[in-house]
Amino acid sequence: MVRNFPPDFVVRVDKEACINCMRCIRECPFGVHEYDKEKKRWKRHHDKCVACLRCAYMCPTQAISIERSPMEYSPHPVWTNRVRKDIKTQAETGAVILTAMGNELPYMSYFDRLVLDACQVTNPSIDPLREPMELRTYIGRKPEKVEIEEEDSSIRLRTKLAPNLKLETPIMFAHMSYGSISIEAHLSMARAAKEVGTYMGTGEGGMHVELYPYADHIITQVASGRFAVHEEYLKRGAAIEIKIGQGAKPGIGGHLPGKKVTEEISRTRMIPEGSDAISPAPHHDIYSIEDLSRLIYALKEATRYKKPVFVKIAAVHNVAPIAVGIIRAGADAVVIDGFRAGTGAAPQVHRDHHGIPIEAAIASVDRRLREEGIRHWGSIIASGGIRSSADVAKAIALGADAVYIGTAALIALGCTVCKKCYTGKCAWGIATQDPELRKRLDPEEGARRAANLLRAWSHELKEILGALGLNSIESLRSNRDRLRGVGLSEPELRVLGVKPAGE
Amino acid sequence: MLQKLSCTGYVRMCGLGGILNRYGERMPGREIIRMSCMMRDRYDGRGGGFAGYGIYPRYAEYYALHLFFRDEIAKERTEELLKDRVAIIKDEPVPMRRVKEIPQENIVWRYFVEVPHRFRDRREYLEKEEDYITELVFTINDCIDGAFVASSGKNMGVFKATGMPDAVAEMYKVEKYRAYCWITHGRFPTNTPGWWGGAHPFNLLDWSVVHNGEISSYGTNRRYLEAHGYKCRLLTDTEVVAYLFDLLVRRQGLSMRTAAVALTPPFWKQIERMPEPKRSAFTALRMTYSQAMLNGPFAVIITNRDTMVGLNDRIKLRPLIAASSEDCVYLASEEAAIREVENDIEKLWAPRAGNPVIARLNEEVREEVIH
Ligand code: SF4
Ligand code: SF4
Repeated sequence: MVRNFPPDFVVRVDKEACINCMRCIRECPFGVHEYDKEKKRWKRHHDKCVACLRCAYMCPTQAISIERSPMEYSPHPVWTNRVRKDIKTQAETGAVILTAMGNELPYMSYFDRLVLDACQVTNPSIDPLREPMELRTYIGRKPEKVEIEEEDSSIRLRTKLAPNLKLETPIMFAHMSYGSISIEAHLSMARAAKEVGTYMGTGEGGMHVELYPYADHIITQVASGRFAVHEEYLKRGAAIEIKIGQGAKPGIGGHLPGKKVTEEISRTRMIPEGSDAISPAPHHDIYSIEDLSRLIYALKEATRYKKPVFVKIAAVHNVAPIAVGIIRAGADAVVIDGFRAGTGAAPQVHRDHHGIPIEAAIASVDRRLREEGIRHWGSIIASGGIRSSADVAKAIALGADAVYIGTAALIALGCTVCKKCYTGKCAWGIATQDPELRKRLDPEEGARRAANLLRAWSHELKEILGALGLNSIESLRSNRDRLRGVGLSEPELRVLGVKPAGE
Repeated sequence: MLQKLSCTGYVRMCGLGGILNRYGERMPGREIIRMSCMMRDRYDGRGGGFAGYGIYPRYAEYYALHLFFRDEIAKERTEELLKDRVAIIKDEPVPMRRVKEIPQENIVWRYFVEVPHRFRDRREYLEKEEDYITELVFTINDCIDGAFVASSGKNMGVFKATGMPDAVAEMYKVEKYRAYCWITHGRFPTNTPGWWGGAHPFNLLDWSVVHNGEISSYGTNRRYLEAHGYKCRLLTDTEVVAYLFDLLVRRQGLSMRTAAVALTPPFWKQIERMPEPKRSAFTALRMTYSQAMLNGPFAVIITNRDTMVGLNDRIKLRPLIAASSEDCVYLASEEAAIREVENDIEKLWAPRAGNPVIARLNEEVREEVIH
């Protein structure tokens, strides 16, 4: 049968400019460029191109450009090109379609329908260049009240505080495992986190020895595969996160193919080299909230109650009561991962169709925790599709304490969102273990860029606060009065707890 | 005799003032009215008010409820509720004169009430009698259309309306009351409707607050308070200040100074420079009360039965002046207001941003250095 499958992209090469240096062949991990030495002819496998743009930027004469393929099926509003291609792919393979990065369907973004307030006359805006502007955020359990002993001018604390993470900016690097991404990517984020005074998550793949110097700025993860989990690992990090689910694939587990389990990964994950690393869908020791509570306290016991324990869940329909249960079960923070969250590998059907937008999830979890009077028991960390400082500000105004950024961090490291992370062939040295490809990411340069991104967003956050007439991020938290909705329906406004613009 | 005022100022803001007699001697309302009139440039006539402490010595042990009713129906419904919840010792109209500047829109009544012992095992009676009264106040304000509790403390009362402070004073005959502590407020409202209930002072139990400026962190503060059972009625952002003091000081037992640290904490940079154990205490206060922190440009005067506190935002975006004489402590938006009523000022100063000025009966006034 004819494979009537138009390519997504076409590779155009300016023949005049091309000097036949063959560099593009070495640069493209997907085998698009081919040169027949005998016939002295180029062949481009357009159907394999993923538009990572690596070859285009590495070509010494800038001869290459990658374009969207003009060849498409006859247009149809329901049977879109993508739908038809998916069906054909599955008819060919009989398999689940695998993909990577975040949800690709054009769902509306609530962040883009929320606008921030600004001061005019009655309350002066504040210039962050002249006045102090504070972004520091503490993540963890807070007491209901503090007891203070006072004598004349001396003042002494009598309440014992639970362990908290101190963030100089309310933005952290999300959990992405070593194995799904390279050690160079991990190192870049670890250094940046330490430099800026925030944290990065290890993901479920353990902590490589090269990360030890930054361990006080690293959050370790305990996921259903329990890779790398041992006492030293737990004690080494600054906090522990139990991953129940993730926004890109709620309700399902993970799978790192054996061929990616190199010697170093096998050592870090504590599994045999070459064996598949399977994370089951549920934790096989957690079938209820009581079981979760037991794990939380087991981890706290193991670390002598010195490390906060977070629990991460995907934002699903019932997220509010689940989050309340998690906080009541003893978690110091609940991490909510929205349906736009990225991933290194996920079945497309899960990535695109499960879960709810993070904006709605933050609003309802914050509201429910307040209604139950336990908002201070734990922090809310939001993740999944945070693209800019404005998204951060809006997430905080909706009720989050801090956010995790994953995709944005990778983009800072050079990722072009080609969505081929699951192939292990990342052309930019990020989502790969290939020693040659890994050389493409210099951890020093990576750290500089990742730190720059945090600094730039922090700077913008300060400007946003200044415009709002606030000089501290905590006065924005859950301050939904400073948000207005544009073009949102009444039930949506009610869920988000914001008024429509003009009201 | 009250001066008749005409409003000529162009620059208008809110103005606030307060006097506390350190020895608890009661002073007639005349001086606070003069202080208030001195700041007439700051008002636009859409709200003025006074609170006096010590005005009902004969009924000192009872809660004095000052109520506004829009009509007789609201009054009847409220009285039904009152009879169910408390024992009314005495009730009467608040004496008023007609003034042409203020159309008399409301029935203003006062009730002296107590909570009989037998009510203590009721569901609404949580732990303390004050919580029971708070619940009653919230129920009236929330559930009875056209009724509003203007004040609910003991041996004190709030007199407020939509109008210039001098007209409000004349209407309520404020000059006839004697109090050891008075506060006043004239309003230039920019953000909340000019209704009687929305005028200042804002009160709950013994707490009264007058406020100039805006609480930009209102949404954050309101949600924090709601999680603790307070109901904000959106009449004015000032209400959160009263509730925060009630929560932190009365319910959680912090001192006024520590509460001020929680509400207008020093910047992290300052905290880091503090010696131990102060640093840990301040860090814990900021971490715990981050949502209680007041942000935005403001000056407030907060009073309860024995204390008057002046507080500014952390970068002092609104004026506040403090002064003391032999027996009185003054706080005001403008120095002129203090000089108008006191010739023998011993000390007069502008408190630093975020530092509370605490004046307590039988004590020296202090500016607490927390910044
Ligand atoms: S996959 Fe990347 S490197 Fe290969 S041809 Fe396409 S853009 Fe170039
Ligand atoms: S990490 Fe690499 S493979 Fe994944 S989307 Fe980014 S560029 Fe593509």
